Amino acid sequence: MFFKPVILWTDALVYLLVAIVIALVWYVRRNEHFAAPWRRVGRSASGMAALTVLAFFVIIGLLDTVHLRPAVENKSGGSGETAYSVEVLSLLDLIATPLRTRVEKTYSSPFAAYLYARETVELPNGGQAREFPRLEFGGAHLQDPETQLVRDVAWRAVAGAGLGLFLWCMVVAFLAATLAHRSGEPFLSALSRIRHDDTAVSWRAVCLMLAVTLLLCGAALALCGSYHILGTDKVGQDVFYQALKSIRTGLVIGTLTTLMMLPFALLLGITAGYFRGWVDDVIQYLYTTLSSIPSVLLIAAAVLMMQVYMDTHPELFDTVVARADLRLLFLCIILGVTSWTGLCRLLRGETLRLRELEYIQAAHAFGVSHWRIISRHILPNVMHIVLIATVMDFSGLVLAEAVLSYVGVGVDPSMISFGTMINAARMEMAREPMVWWALFAAFSFMFALVLSANLFADAVQNAFDPRVRLSTKAKTSLRGKRQGEPETKPVSASAGDRLSP
Amino acid sequence: MSYVLEINDLETILHAEEAPVRAVDGLTLNIMKGETFALLGESGCGKSMAALSVMRLLPEAGEIMAGSVKLGNEDLLLLPEAAMRGIRGKRISMIFQEPMLSLNPVMTVAEQIGEVLQWHFRLHGAAAQERIRAILNQVGIPEAARRMNEYPFQFSGGMKQRMMIAMALAGEPELLIADEPTTALDVTIQAQVLNLMRDLQQRDGMAILLITHDLGVAAQMAHRVGIMYAGEMVETATREAFFRGPAHPYSRKLLASLPGRESRHKGLRLAAISGNVPSLSREFAGCRFADRCDHAFKLCHEAAPGWAVVAGEHHVRCHLFDPDLLRRSGERGSGDEESQQTVRKPGRADESGAGIELKRERRTISSPPLLSVTDLKVYFAIHKGLIKNVVGHVKAVDGVSLEIRQGKTLALVGESGCGKTTVGKGILQLVSPSAGSVRYNGLELVGLERKRLRKMRAEFQLIFQDPYSSLNPRMRIVDIIEEGMNALNVGVGGDTGEYRAEQQPEVSTRRRVDALLESVGLPAETKWRYPHEFSGGQRQRIAIARALAVNPKLIVCDEPTSALDVSVQAQILNLLRELQNSLGLAYLFITHNISVVEYLADEVAVMYLGRIVERGTVDEVLTTPRHPYTQALLSAVPVIEPESTRHIIHLHGDLPSPVNPPSGCHFHPRCPRVMPVCHETYPATSAFSSTHTAHCYLYPQEPDSRRF
Repeated sequence: MFFKPVILWTDALVYLLVAIVIALVWYVRRNEHFAAPWRRVGRSASGMAALTVLAFFVIIGLLDTVHLRPAVENKSGGSGETAYSVEVLSLLDLIATPLRTRVEKTYSSPFAAYLYARETVELPNGGQAREFPRLEFGGAHLQDPETQLVRDVAWRAVAGAGLGLFLWCMVVAFLAATLAHRSGEPFLSALSRIRHDDTAVSWRAVCLMLAVTLLLCGAALALCGSYHILGTDKVGQDVFYQALKSIRTGLVIGTLTTLMMLPFALLLGITAGYFRGWVDDVIQYLYTTLSSIPSVLLIAAAVLMMQVYMDTHPELFDTVVARADLRLLFLCIILGVTSWTGLCRLLRGETLRLRELEYIQAAHAFGVSHWRIISRHILPNVMHIVLIATVMDFSGLVLAEAVLSYVGVGVDPSMISFGTMINAARMEMAREPMVWWALFAAFSFMFALVLSANLFADAVQNAFDPRVRLSTKAKTSLRGKRQGEPETKPVSASAGDRLSP
Repeated sequence: MSYVLEINDLETILHAEEAPVRAVDGLTLNIMKGETFALLGESGCGKSMAALSVMRLLPEAGEIMAGSVKLGNEDLLLLPEAAMRGIRGKRISMIFQEPMLSLNPVMTVAEQIGEVLQWHFRLHGAAAQERIRAILNQVGIPEAARRMNEYPFQFSGGMKQRMMIAMALAGEPELLIADEPTTALDVTIQAQVLNLMRDLQQRDGMAILLITHDLGVAAQMAHRVGIMYAGEMVETATREAFFRGPAHPYSRKLLASLPGRESRHKGLRLAAISGNVPSLSREFAGCRFADRCDHAFKLCHEAAPGWAVVAGEHHVRCHLFDPDLLRRSGERGSGDEESQQTVRKPGRADESGAGIELKRERRTISSPPLLSVTDLKVYFAIHKGLIKNVVGHVKAVDGVSLEIRQGKTLALVGESGCGKTTVGKGILQLVSPSAGSVRYNGLELVGLERKRLRKMRAEFQLIFQDPYSSLNPRMRIVDIIEEGMNALNVGVGGDTGEYRAEQQPEVSTRRRVDALLESVGLPAETKWRYPHEFSGGQRQRIAIARALAVNPKLIVCDEPTSALDVSVQAQILNLLRELQNSLGLAYLFITHNISVVEYLADEVAVMYLGRIVERGTVDEVLTTPRHPYTQALLSAVPVIEPESTRHIIHLHGDLPSPVNPPSGCHFHPRCPRVMPVCHETYPATSAFSSTHTAHCYLYPQEPDSRRF
């Protein structure tokens, strides 16, 4: 064996989440009333473009989730037993080994061939001089960086982008071929349907976004082998690598926290709304109390307590990564415990409305048990709220992690996350000359992730929330056919044509 | 002759996802000064869209494609939006259906009316206040000077509709568009509001475009009537001509589908119009009604009919009246004769049932009642404060006694808010009664433990008012129907538990679902679909099938037809009646619609503010009503007889709050024949026959019982 697989706590939960998502997709495909709103999501251009970007983030996150310990050469003797490294690596680490191992001395700016700080070097003639030394890895292949750097970077970027473009063409061709095969039409007509956005899923938006992303990725991949494209940090680590590693932390916080929060919100919210009476009172007081404690204080207290426990029991963790991982999991749990109140309140309100509906009354008249009413009548009818809330909360949680890590109560300092990156970079903003790239990298990656999550959430909400759908319907009005045709003024839908004596 | 409003070939479409919906397709109508034009039709016929097109207040997806709307000499469709704002509220005003939704809850009434005055007349300050008071006096708001500074929630539904009328009148409009102005109101309040509109029209001479689905309202209010079907007008006539002899097959069916005593005595099924209003997004080649018409022939499916003159101002869009066609087929007889004949002859839908005399078994009164309710009380406590002290009770049901016999129908009649629905739920133990007893087949249901009650639940079932909220949108029809059977172990046979039945849907269960669906007139393969694929009437059939699935003996029908169109209502009433005859069901029929009561009920109980004020057989109560409330209620129901000489007893005010019912007889504040004794104690029973009783001091009291 060349490696030993390691499944950390969060890994297990992420696998569970992936399994749940796959099961849900399977279930949705079979149920028309769930599939219909998802098809509306598919129609939304912004939603699908955002999903394309998200997919890249998710792929990176998943690669970073498969952990293993590589075998090391057993120097202590040929007992035949393989020894494994104490370092736990993920697939992403293995793929990005060059990025991970090419550590410079200290700061260097993006695409630099020289260090950002002067060093005293000994001149061949025995004298000493303060100058910017060449980097050990960044641009090391260049003979004369002053003249060659720009051309080399440009050439490599174009070559990488060209490769990306080629890949994109392959993907589009494959997509068109699949579409053509499904609908039994010629390849070119499928291609032109994609071009005119005449497909059931908005493939044009996907393709456009894919083009942008693949071009960027291709250029970045071609460059990152010989340059530090986003510079290096204080200890000389590649910032691009750190940004990639931060993605998993953000995704884990965003998704696992929801997983932690859902049982609380669903169970308490629905029981409060359904049973009312004292159950409702107790649950209401509970979440009112919880939401009046400042959540940062609560989280800080819990994290610090856990920190002390971990420090006094070092034997529980066989690697540093395991320790950091457990802390991440606890952070998810704590965030989950403190953030269920909003969704719970929403679900309670919706259940209060639903329980008065006549089909619930009819179920009561049939003597259907409470549990069955909740699981068959209420739960399916509040799922759209759960879905909207989950997707909307995701970006908030990614940002919350950054804030908490910045304050120092977030993830373990050894774990790379957007928060720790910002925290490490904040002092350097005051430096002269300024070190801006660490902050820039964290900011732009987080921005892309949160923006695409938000756009996707918007598309999901538009598709699932019946009230939102009313107002966005039929925007493609063919106005002004008649000369002097008046602009019609919108009125609320309540003025519609309905008879209910 | 000059018209206030002239609409010519108006075409309005709604842009929808698939195909544009032609909501109004070539509408032409004229309204004279001082005239009321009633636009009649079922829901989805484009009536409201026509009104909104006139106001140019269409929803965002709507667009006027062609035609002209002339107000006086101005074509409203050519005006810029800014000029239109000067017309809305000033020259044309509109009243909407829901008074609760059309008033802004955070503005006082005076502010809302003041807005109109300020915009159109530049009236401010004292002058505006004076004018507001005058307008409110006009619409009959008592103590206008004080109440004008109150907020909408402080007014009752009828008062709010008066406010809406006041706002509409503030601009002194030439044309008032009333879109179902009384649909959300009770009959007695409806009579008040209609009366008010008529008075105002006579005084100010404004034109009214009345949009309604209620033939009775149209018969009372309109000078001329237009019938709309599927986006186009199919018949126009004066009121007298229309109600004397409607020409278009659709109009005839519409009139024939009204339930009433006559149809009941003849033992006939109601003339239901089969099918539904067609979707307006499709192309029509021929007559739009052809698919549902009994008289349709080949031409009807091929060519759209033009206007034909029946007599004078009576026009109809039907091939049956086309003079050329009539001439060609002389043996068919004159159009008039044809129409006369078909009015008498029931249509295809009821031909099957026309000959069948509905057997109404005359059971002796002495047979033990299936359900007997004694002195049922349902109070809802009002909690206040931090520790939720009980500060009072809403006496929703305050001592109701009634009996229902096997296979009979008891109708519970009353205005909204009188506690009818709560009686139904109290009987079914869906709300727990505060006092009294409910005996089903001699078994006391009040206080029965949950487990034993569950076993009893198969015996009595419930049908709801709103077919849209009574079916779970996330469940297939088969699951909806099987749910009750599984929960109550009915139909599977033997002791197959709920769990097993769910795991392996037995063939017998499936067969039963098919049979149930067929018995309510739906094909068996519909069971795999979801509720949203059905129309309102079909959903109500599914709801009935669901209730029947557990073989109940008693069904509480809570306004089962009030959310449906007249033609669909007839379908459902026919179905309920057939089921009663074949299965021997007993119904507790909760309704506010007197004509449905006349058609379906054996006995009637009239409720007012939580108590039954009069009960008896349907003939006794409806022909010789004794209680002043029953008399007023019956007189307020709009009737179609053109030369009706009946006197409407106008009740003043609204239903009092059940939190503090008036002392003595609950009805005394509104009673036209109130006496001093009425203020003191609630009257005892007065019996008129063995079945007919009332609670009123006008009649000799029975000394032995003070029961109510």
